[in-house]
Amino acid sequence: MKILVPVKRVVDYNVKVRVKADQTGVDLANVKMSMNPFDEIAVEEALKLKEAGKATEVVAVSAGPAACQETLRTALAMGADRAILVETDAELQPLAVAKLLKAVVQKESPQLVLAGKQAIDDDANQVGQMLAALLDWAQVTFASKIAADGGKLTVTREIDGGLETVEVALPAVLTADLRLNTPRYATLPNIMKAKKKPLDTLKPADLGVDVAPRLKTLKVAEPPKRKGGVMVKDVAELVAKLKSEAKVI
Amino acid sequence: MAEYAAPLNDMRFVLKHVVGLDQVNALPGWDEVTEDVVDAILEEAAKFAGEVLSPLNASGDKAGATYSDGKVTTAPGFRDAYWQFVNGGWGNILAPVEYGGQGLPALLSTPVEEMWGSANVAFKLCPMLTLGAIEALHQNASKELQDRFLPKMVTGEWTGTMNLTEPQAGSDLSLVRTKAVPQADGSYRLTGQKIFITYGEQDYTENIVHTVLGRVEGAPEGVKGISLFVVPKFLVNADGTLGARNGVRCVSIEHKMGIHASPTAVMAYEDATGYLVGEANRGLEYMFVMMNAARLGVGLEGVSLCERSFQRARDWARERLQGRPIGVAGAARTAPIIQHPDVKRMLLTMKACAEATRALAYQVSAYLDRSRRHPEESERRRCQALVDLLIPVVKGWSTETAVEVASLGVQVHGGMGFIEETGAAQHLRDARISTIYEGTTGIQANDLVGRKVGREAGATMKALLAAMDEEAAACRASEDAGLRALGVRLAAALAALDRATDWIVTVYADDPGAVAAGSVYYLELAGIVTGGWMMARAARAAARQLAAGEGDPAYLEGKRLTAAFYAEHLLPQAAALAETVCTGGAIVRAADEALL
Repeated sequence: MKILVPVKRVVDYNVKVRVKADQTGVDLANVKMSMNPFDEIAVEEALKLKEAGKATEVVAVSAGPAACQETLRTALAMGADRAILVETDAELQPLAVAKLLKAVVQKESPQLVLAGKQAIDDDANQVGQMLAALLDWAQVTFASKIAADGGKLTVTREIDGGLETVEVALPAVLTADLRLNTPRYATLPNIMKAKKKPLDTLKPADLGVDVAPRLKTLKVAEPPKRKGGVMVKDVAELVAKLKSEAKVI
Repeated sequence: MAEYAAPLNDMRFVLKHVVGLDQVNALPGWDEVTEDVVDAILEEAAKFAGEVLSPLNASGDKAGATYSDGKVTTAPGFRDAYWQFVNGGWGNILAPVEYGGQGLPALLSTPVEEMWGSANVAFKLCPMLTLGAIEALHQNASKELQDRFLPKMVTGEWTGTMNLTEPQAGSDLSLVRTKAVPQADGSYRLTGQKIFITYGEQDYTENIVHTVLGRVEGAPEGVKGISLFVVPKFLVNADGTLGARNGVRCVSIEHKMGIHASPTAVMAYEDATGYLVGEANRGLEYMFVMMNAARLGVGLEGVSLCERSFQRARDWARERLQGRPIGVAGAARTAPIIQHPDVKRMLLTMKACAEATRALAYQVSAYLDRSRRHPEESERRRCQALVDLLIPVVKGWSTETAVEVASLGVQVHGGMGFIEETGAAQHLRDARISTIYEGTTGIQANDLVGRKVGREAGATMKALLAAMDEEAAACRASEDAGLRALGVRLAAALAALDRATDWIVTVYADDPGAVAAGSVYYLELAGIVTGGWMMARAARAAARQLAAGEGDPAYLEGKRLTAAFYAEHLLPQAAALAETVCTGGAIVRAADEALL
């Protein structure tokens, strides 16, 4: 089984992001960037499947500017076998990413696409689902446990109020949830080796994909500041405030 | 409690724009150490330090290593962290390639090691000493001994220790008494007691390889009769499997002021089987070869703890609300204490010291790499002389500075700094040993004024002074008023160091006692001035980048600020130190001990 793992370069989860003054987006100048944490989980799971002898090759793929190479090198340092960058400076929206990935899938013919469930920057949670639809493959989202057995996978998913276990035939698109695993630290020898692993670069045009945005961002704004708390005298006052001020009951 | 966040921006800046990573990865065999690989390694090490080692720092201090019935139990979590560390390949970053190590440059391992020390200095000591033992064996032992011990030490399956000190032989190793009796099979039987053996016993690994200073029976008195032996905890069979338990035991561990999680063992050797490393009676000489690396390692502990104390104090000062700051227009009645001028001064001192000690340590690592691999003999010799000159400065000055900085860290916290739960006190307690072990500050200072300056008539120091003068001149010729002011301060400090150096060179032969009496001041002077040289280079590089619109402007402005602060608050101390070096020795030498 060959596994394709899409990885996205995002603002590091430790960074406190700031909205640009003109409200067109988030200020990315000199901000630390890393691999989307859910994608790290996907890479880890793919590597585990390979180490368990269930997968033969793990290919990491990213789409975006040349700096995404760093993110791909991180995946290679964790243990992925090779990497593909679809390089473009254009703004990429979920549908465009899904179309690019579809083209890469058709080129690479993996049996499984293992993605993070969503990226922590835009929280769209769409690429995996769109990709499955475009490929007309089965999809299992929010996986928290994966067992591979021959041509099918048994996957536990996290759903509202519990866990659901489903069986899926390959080929399929899976998206990884937080509790699927804890990603490994890259080892020093693997960081050194990552540099020598193949990293191919393609352009959207090579794949025949039009990445033009379909959505328009009107405004990006900071969430409203939290107001200070107030002490209430008794339950009656609390209920009154919840009714008249918060209007929640 | 906030975990350690490695100062990756400063580390990268110093590597790339101040000390010349490009000159080190141009050396033979290191072409793979490109900027992007260095970035990837630093990022991953930072993650490991912040997420694995730092969370064990306070708990390790509290629980400490414990001893019972010959066995040491390390603090909870340390064993797992050790194996994660080893499996991550971090233990053998410098170890020789032919035994499975990675043989990377010291300039790369230095920031990585700095991170381990900042995150958890008690943890870092074990791999540091293993590497020391690996180097001692690799440089001096027979191939047979190397083949037997090195592969598993390099993988980290076995750890290594250095057994030098005995109760009567501390700084003075000529008093070592451990006795080695030759056996018919070429091995020796060792008997004696060793103390202060860091990680002399632990529960990480199945075997421990001790390197031990001892005396072959009948060897001459003093330093000329000391030999180096390798003594494993378990003997190793010819096929590499473990054999009988050897006659070396940990009989207790010490109760210490700091580094509680690092077991400091008392070791008893009773007819323990040992193997001679190299030739008999040359043990001290072998140890000295690796002393440079060990002293650089301890100097780095100083850098590490400057950084960690600074981070903690800064974070506290941003949050803690007390009083209206003096002379700050529009300040709140109750403001974060970081706004108070004196607190700000302390934090600037801490940051400037962390940055200056870091840059100097990295610079010495770069010289070390060049001294080993540069294709030209003359350049290798020049760099080796600079390493020899600056190692006692890095060791002595960085660690003394760390004690002061960690003490300021406690001060910034106010009363809460004296309470263990803020964590500020641990850094001070942990830093305190660094000015003592691997040669006290006094020993470093005597080495500096004697072996390094006095004996060669100040030749290397004069060459360094000339290079530093060029930097001061470049700053003074700058269009940038800030750099010009820095250049003036640096030039004045250089004149002070030059004066003190001349005095030592003149007086050393006739009155070494007077020189020795002021030697620690000279070491401090050399540290402050070479640190100022590094800060000037950094400030100039930062100005260049800002003008060119490169880099992160917020970081670069911060660098200019600490450099200017260093020039105004630390460099002026140079003149006072020089004055005491040149005039203060006589009274000490003449003082009657009975009057004390």
